[in-house]
Amino acid sequence: MTRVIVGLGTCGIAAGAEETYRSLAEKLSSGPAGVSLGRTGCIGMCYQEPLVEVRDGDGGRYLYGKVTPERAERIAAEHVGGGKPIPDWLVWSDSGAGTESDFLRKQTRIALRNCGHIDPEAIDDYLAAGGYEALRKVLEESDPDGLITRIVDSGLRGRGGAGFLTGLKWRFTRLAQGKRKFVICNADEGDPGAFMDRSVLEGDPHSVLEGMAIAAHAIGADHGYIYVRAEYPLAIRRLNVAIGQAEERGFLGDKILGTGFSLHVKLKEGAGAFVCGEETALIASVEGRRGMPRVRPPFPAVRGLWDSPTNINNVETFANVPWIVLQGHAAFAALGTANSKGTKVFAMAGKIRRGGLVEVPMGISIKDIVFEVCGGIKEGRKFKAVQMGGPSGGCIPAELQDTVIDYESINRTGAIMGSGGLVVMDDTTCMVEVARFFLDFTQRESCGKCTFCRIGSKRMLEVLTRITEGEGKEGDIELLEDLAVRTKSTSLCGLGQTAPNPVLTTLKYFRSEYEAHIHNRKCPAHRCAKLLTYSITDDCTGCTLCVKACPTAAITGEKLRKHSIDVAKCIACGACFKVCRAGAILRD
Amino acid sequence: MDPTRPYDFKHLHYVGQEGRLIPLLQQAQAEDGYLTRERLLRIGDETGIPLTQIYGVATFYAQFRFKPVGKNLLRVCHGTACHVSGAKELTEEIEGQLGVANGETTQDGLFTMETVSCLGCCSLAPVIMINETTHGNLTPAGVKKVLRKYRDGEKK
Repeated sequence: MTRVIVGLGTCGIAAGAEETYRSLAEKLSSGPAGVSLGRTGCIGMCYQEPLVEVRDGDGGRYLYGKVTPERAERIAAEHVGGGKPIPDWLVWSDSGAGTESDFLRKQTRIALRNCGHIDPEAIDDYLAAGGYEALRKVLEESDPDGLITRIVDSGLRGRGGAGFLTGLKWRFTRLAQGKRKFVICNADEGDPGAFMDRSVLEGDPHSVLEGMAIAAHAIGADHGYIYVRAEYPLAIRRLNVAIGQAEERGFLGDKILGTGFSLHVKLKEGAGAFVCGEETALIASVEGRRGMPRVRPPFPAVRGLWDSPTNINNVETFANVPWIVLQGHAAFAALGTANSKGTKVFAMAGKIRRGGLVEVPMGISIKDIVFEVCGGIKEGRKFKAVQMGGPSGGCIPAELQDTVIDYESINRTGAIMGSGGLVVMDDTTCMVEVARFFLDFTQRESCGKCTFCRIGSKRMLEVLTRITEGEGKEGDIELLEDLAVRTKSTSLCGLGQTAPNPVLTTLKYFRSEYEAHIHNRKCPAHRCAKLLTYSITDDCTGCTLCVKACPTAAITGEKLRKHSIDVAKCIACGACFKVCRAGAILRD
Repeated sequence: MDPTRPYDFKHLHYVGQEGRLIPLLQQAQAEDGYLTRERLLRIGDETGIPLTQIYGVATFYAQFRFKPVGKNLLRVCHGTACHVSGAKELTEEIEGQLGVANGETTQDGLFTMETVSCLGCCSLAPVIMINETTHGNLTPAGVKKVLRKYRDGEKK
């Protein structure tokens, strides 16, 4: 039987996949018999959305990219109806054809093993892919200590950012004394530039539930929470569906699979506070209070939710767990570097040709991800830096592109692994402006508890803003460094301790850009509007387009004669630069 | 926020009655569009949580509003990827089109505009979200078309 599958994750829907789906449904209902239409979550090739896969009756798989409703009609008629694939639109096929095969070739998919393959709202699809077998196995073995040892030996480290050994966290929670214990899934993916957790929740929610159930069994918890961002409505809906299905089939609830083990999982919607990604703040939020962190120790493993021992792991961490249980900890530990095992999912965005979701083994270099997997920089521009780890991370310059992806190597650059957002920047990105952007974010999101995080971030933002506006002063760089070091050392939680990282890394690798802004009043990347001056070169054809575009009538000149800009009237808005067809506007 | 969106209350489980404040506020906002004074007073009466504490929690989280919201909630993403891909130009276009600034509602009550930190749809940057629908790969011209669709839908 032929199956036609449409990628209906948030990315796909945003690119118009629902229209594609409707068009296919209409065409196929009047087409040949024995064809079914299905949906799946994120396939990872967000840059080719909407994506449609055709699975032939004989097992052949064909993935089409940028499938508009019109293209969908032709695919339905020619490929599904006529048996002839359309090579021009093919991005991947199991026979090796397709333009984007490189994207998938270097990937190893563990956390994303089912994403893009199964229908996330059909538990039978998950079961057919070996779902809940791992839970069955650990319940049959009924050896929580042995299980924890195997998770420790697998080398799995927390994928939320800090990279603590998952198995150790479980052990601490297991050993802690408490009448009741909790397991929490941290799905409060707040880093701007990160969307791995959303894609896993939208594409394969059962794998996260199964991972949670295994963890709950290991530590002895019978209640679990998933703390998920309210900005992810589709993930929330699919989680609700998945929880309902799992309860119905006896994978969640009382006496799971006929054993004495029970787990009730509830969803908790976040209310929009970045700091709640921090464990103790998240707990405060679940308890119904302002999401402010507290001093650790005691760690949540000892005293967490309602003062009970609590184990908190990230979405991707949980999604890895069933695979490790079934394939063995040695198989997981065989991937990666000495201290970073397994794979990591990265959300690729920014000025990259193939933006989307990639899962690569630890130990791959930044260069390989950017160029081999993701096809390099958009429009053939120059690779300048990658920003890793969101507002807590830093900018790694192109000179360090041979750095390999593992927790320690990334830390040495001054950035952090973080949750896996990787934003690629080209030569049109101003690094001072990027630092200002992140400080603007952390300054707003600081909960205000620690003085240096609250006021220091504000002061750093003010300094960065005045530098990008051409008002930078001598001593500003030193002031930034001083504030950054103090904020790092006097903040309670990860937010404040890492908030200065974007400033420190850009100062370390792009100091000359700061100096150009302050001393020469120039923005080398031509981004900071107030530092730009415009003039007209001899290439001017006198077409008068710029005259019409200029909002302050600063440009004058006769038709077909060279024009000129009155600097006194120019507000440096760049309108002339955008409209000029002769490339005669000089921006400096 | 669409009050009819599927949200299964059965799955909201609380040990005892602790921790119920934020979901109650979320429900109140889903029904009324924002947090009304009357509703906050009632939550205080029924739960016994002091109003000061309720207000403290409500003001801490970005999700909660104390002013009515327009028929369509338009969120412009200012995440990292959107930021380097032209979110600023997009915001200016929307502000110009609607005649409102961040957090304001249009005179006809059709749109409320907000800028947000990240919608998690970075590979299609820059993006906006109207109610629960994400629109990606936008240009200033593209966003004009999207807004027109919502306005036209209103006339029909």
